Formats: sequence, C-alpha cells, structure tokens
Amino acid sequence: MKRTVLFCAAIILAAIALATSSTAGAKDAATAEFEKFRDVLEEDNPAELFEMKGEELWKTKRGPKQVSLEQCDLGLGPGVVRGAYVAMPRYFADVGRVMDAERRIVHCMVSLQGFKPEEIARQPFSNASQTPEQTALVTYVAGQSRNMKFAIPMNQPGMRETYEIGKAVAAYRAGPYDFSCSSCHGDDGKRIRMQELANISSPEGAAKSVQGWPGYRMTGGVMLTLQWRMNDCFRQQRFPAPNYLSDTITALITYLSANAEGSLYKGPGIKR
Amino acid sequence: MEIRKASLICTLICTQLSLAAAAWADDPRAKAISMIKADFSAQGSAGVDRLEQDGLQAVCTRSGNKPPPAIARRLEQDQQAGIRYPADGKFLGDWRSGEKIAQSGSGYTWTDPPGVPAGGNCYNCHRLAPQELSFGSLGPALTGYGKTFGNTTEVQKYVYGKIYNAKASHLCSIMPRFGHVGALNEQQIKDLVALLLDPASPVNQ
Repeated sequence: MKRTVLFCAAIILAAIALATSSTAGAKDAATAEFEKFRDVLEEDNPAELFEMKGEELWKTKRGPKQVSLEQCDLGLGPGVVRGAYVAMPRYFADVGRVMDAERRIVHCMVSLQGFKPEEIARQPFSNASQTPEQTALVTYVAGQSRNMKFAIPMNQPGMRETYEIGKAVAAYRAGPYDFSCSSCHGDDGKRIRMQELANISSPEGAAKSVQGWPGYRMTGGVMLTLQWRMNDCFRQQRFPAPNYLSDTITALITYLSANAEGSLYKGPGIKR
Repeated sequence: MEIRKASLICTLICTQLSLAAAAWADDPRAKAISMIKADFSAQGSAGVDRLEQDGLQAVCTRSGNKPPPAIARRLEQDQQAGIRYPADGKFLGDWRSGEKIAQSGSGYTWTDPPGVPAGGNCYNCHRLAPQELSFGSLGPALTGYGKTFGNTTEVQKYVYGKIYNAKASHLCSIMPRFGHVGALNEQQIKDLVALLLDPASPVNQ
C-alpha cells in the first residue's frame, strides 16, 4: 500500500514536471526531475507487475497442449531462467539458428504449448488496451537477470556472422530520408530535440540502448520490449515495417547486445 | 562536355559494377541486404520499394560514408544538376510559415496519415530561433545564420540548394534531400530560406 501511494505521488509529480516544461530551461529541469523520480520509480516500477504476470504465465499449463513453459530451454538448459536474458541472443542447436529472448520465448509458446505463430504475431506489442502474453513473459525472464552482466556467447556457431550482419543492417541507408540506424546513433553526445541518442557502435552507447528494456513507458502506460524498440526505430527511420521476430531484428539485437558485453543489466526499466 | 559525359557514364558503370560485386560476394553486407529485403512489409504509406537503395545511398553505405573524393565530387555534381531553382528567381518566402515548417517533424512514417504535408524536421537536428530551446544536435546550430552570412541573392540561392538537396555539397551528409524527394515543395523551401536569412526572422534577432 505504501509503495503504491509513493508510486502514485511520483507519477503525479513527474507528470506535473513534464506538463510545465514549455521552455528548454524547464525541460532541462523536467529531465532532472524525471531522473530523480526514475530512481524512486525503479524501486516501485510497474514493470514488476508484468514480471509477476509473466511468472504466472510461465508456470501455468496453457495452450492447446496444456503444458507450462517450465521445459522451455532459454539456452542454459530446460527450465533455467536465471541469467538467461543477459546471455541472449544465442545460438539454439534445436532450431539451428540464433534467437533473441522474445523470439525464443515465442518459439517455446509455439513448440511446447502449441500456440499458433500467426495468432501471436497478430498483436505483437502492447497497446492501451492489451499487453501481449509474450511481453509479460519477456519481462519475467528479463527480471531473472537483474544485476547480472551481459555475456553474449559469441563463440557459438553463427554468432559472429549474425553480429556482422547486424552491424551491416545498422549501416544500411535507404528510404526517402536516406537514414540508417547509424545516421542518428553513430556518434557520441547527439540529440533529436531533447532526446539523447545512444551511440550504438560504442560499448557505453550500446549498453544504454539495451538497458531498461523491456521497459514500462509512462507515456501511454504500456510495457514494451526491445523488439518493439527496434520496430519503432524503423518507423522513425521512414522504413516499411520489420516483420515480427525476423532475422533482421535478431541480428540488430545481437549487434547491440554484444557491444554491451560486460555491462550490468539493471532489469526491466521505466521510460518516459 | 563530351569528356564530362564520358566520365559520368564511367562513374555510373563503376557504381553499378561495385553494387553487383556486393550482391555476389558472400559478405555480411550482401547477407544483410537480402535479409532486409525478406524481412519488411509495407505499412501505411511506407512501401517495400523504400528498401531499394539508389546509387548515392549504396555508395555511402558501402564506403562507410567516406567515398573516394573523385567519386564523391562526380556524384555531388549529379545531385547538384537535379536541383530545380524557383522559376521566378525569388528565394525568400515568409519566415513565419518557415518557423511552422521547421517545427513539424511529421511525414513519411507508416503512422503518418496520408495527405498530410511533411514537416521540415529542422528543430529535430538544428538550433534555429533562440527562443525554441528544444532543439537537436545532429546538425550544426543555425542561430544567427543570416546575420553571419548576409541576405544576398547568392546566399539565398545557396541555402535554397542546401535544403533542396544537402547531398549536392556533402555526398553522404545525414541531412535528407527534402526537395529532391519531394518532401518539401518550392514555397516551403522558400519559407525556410526566409526563416534562416530574413533580417526580421527570430533566427537573426
């Protein structure tokens, strides 16, 4: 109860700080205020609710085959969740390919529980009215790697190549505005308006880009995954839409996560 | 003239050959390209045709945005040749309208409703009017631009060309080619020229 009150107060104060930010001076103040509240919020992040929901989904017998996900192998053996998120993407021998966390979880929902991929892909990301089950599952799995270091197994088959492909995807310029990922995310200290941009080619920038995902976004009050983040970047890049759980996105996530190697993952985050 | 034409053709052939070589080679870039082409779907106004690179995009991608100077110069000249300057010879529009265009970041994403004119996206990357404090830093600050460089016809024409096609002077610039791709029309570009150069514009206060 106390936590809920504290959380609500923080949200209201943050909202006031944001609403009154009509000049950059105020915006800077708003940013500073938000940083302060983020520290409070991280203690009481609504993402925790999704972690709990995800844990319940993970352990419940569900789907046409009525089994739980407790036999799902996230790379560390069937049912091992702890530390799995910071060691993905990785190569999965059973499918002979590299998969990121969300892709692997959906793979388990399909192969173990019998869900239909096209039904899962129908609403891949959260909207105001609904959070997809796999989003809650990813949040649960991610929470089980809180305060652990990214350790992507780059010596596995296909990993180095996937990384290099991801790097090439990040550099690929096309579309009406000639943008690549690197147009905005290739240098240190850049901003779009007041939004700081991570330089994904540097270890620090790459760590920033994967840190805090999956994240609870206060704007709209939705839980969103790294898959969503990549999707929305391509929207802003003026590209057509990447297919959900595609090789291209896995390659990009491999590039980012491997560049973030060794950095501490603080768990599901909170975003403005 | 003939020599220029010949070298132009030569450059084009070289570009095509290098692109073909990229497609044949078993390298990460070639794999990335075929992956990208398989992994995207049309949504809203954003069709999969956008995944195809034009020559400039391909040369900049392949060279890590550092093309050999001779090729860069030649391709910049091609971009320059495509700039359509106003038929009436006037470059200066209305800075008030220019400020609105500069503020707008809409256009060309798959969530933008069709028929809505694209914005200039200027403040996304540049500082302009000093009272607008929410500005990006991907491009240089342009505050005081007209005060610094003057408001002569030459400067007006230069600025018009820069907004129309920034790649005519820097081949692999990250700035979009707003006139070249039809994102901004002649009047909108004139209004932006006024925002930068008109002595009455807030940019020059």
